[in-house]
Amino acid sequence: MYTQGLDSLGKDCLQDPARDGAALESRFQSRVDAEEKVEAKDWMPDAYRRTLIRQISQHAHSEIVGMLPEGNWITRAPSLLRKTILIAKVQDEGGHGAYLYSAAETLGVSRSELVDQLLEGKAKYSSIFNYPTPTWADVGAIGWLVDGAAIMNQIPLCRCSYGPYARAMVRICREESFHQRQGYEIMMRLSRGTDAQRRMAQAALDRWWWPSLMMFGPSDNESKHSAQSMRWKIKRFSNDELRQKFVDTTVPQADYLGLKVPDPELAWDEAAQHYRFGPIDWREFEQVLAGQGPCNRARLEARRRAHEDGRWVREAAAAHAAKQSAAGSRAA
Amino acid sequence: MNDDAKQDWPLYEIFIRAKSGLDHKHVGSLHATDARMALEHARDLYTRRQEGVSIWAVRSADIVASDPVDADAFFEPARDKIYRHPTFYDIPDEVKTL
Repeated sequence: MYTQGLDSLGKDCLQDPARDGAALESRFQSRVDAEEKVEAKDWMPDAYRRTLIRQISQHAHSEIVGMLPEGNWITRAPSLLRKTILIAKVQDEGGHGAYLYSAAETLGVSRSELVDQLLEGKAKYSSIFNYPTPTWADVGAIGWLVDGAAIMNQIPLCRCSYGPYARAMVRICREESFHQRQGYEIMMRLSRGTDAQRRMAQAALDRWWWPSLMMFGPSDNESKHSAQSMRWKIKRFSNDELRQKFVDTTVPQADYLGLKVPDPELAWDEAAQHYRFGPIDWREFEQVLAGQGPCNRARLEARRRAHEDGRWVREAAAAHAAKQSAAGSRAA
Repeated sequence: MNDDAKQDWPLYEIFIRAKSGLDHKHVGSLHATDARMALEHARDLYTRRQEGVSIWAVRSADIVASDPVDADAFFEPARDKIYRHPTFYDIPDEVKTL
């Protein structure tokens, strides 16, 4: 679960034709134009490689940090079935992180470097995971809205020009649909429940609606690197296109639940066949991305603690492997 | 962070047979300290939904691969041998099952 709110890439991701050599560069671009996939050992522009390392690792970090808001509810899920479902979902997110770190590593960066960047607070991850999950309904809203937004973004990534990333995305997308449906089902149960449950569902929608729209990233005219990513076919649709698509598919789903989308300006535009929606508070987005969100600090602390708590396991496994391999070579 | 062993565990490539009768197919990679951990992690990572009945884990360092830079020269000898394909031969329509 993740979307493209992170393509605020650094200057180093801009193209530098002088460094890359114009001939190689143009041959690369024609391959991409012809929808040929780029594989790990193929020549690629430095900026293409850096852009992908950044995007894929941010995506991986998002999956890993994304385990936290929901993991928070595993011990308190309302039934054994819901608990097993939630464990399976959180395990999937960990798996998605692992697929993506592997894809990033094919570009010549090590796993430990990437993990360090996250733990040291140098890497970005999707802003959405810095919001809290105060009620069980938040788990439903995350599955429905956050995973829903992620699917919108991730399906086009299955056709990304970089083969290893595209293949990881195919695998991930196959699993996301379960995430979204289990979330919507939670919302369905609550919205058909008692008054208190309905209110809980509505409050969760109120909390998650705007942050979910922000997941698609800055508006097209603010998004500096979109054009290059489009040319490289890393990205297929603009942030605003995907956001619109998300709103158009999600509003009827909210209607079905009998819940109200928290946007007084939301209206169906018959001529355009789209929902019109109110302005997004981009200041909030910038703040959360810059570390000032409600849970930024708690998320990183939880990751660091997990990493530290797991240290003895990693050390024991490495020691065991060394011992086995020493025993093996003695026997040989 | 401040890991004593800065190095990552060895990388393994994972191949999965989806069901009997099919080839093992590359599905991705993972890090593991040894072969047994590679198999167990591969099961957890790549077969959470009954995607396979058999797993191969191969140390990535042990794979010998052709170089994409040489791909043109390396595969070129096959390119002009179009007579190796059945469509090269013109057979009249009235001749059946050929």
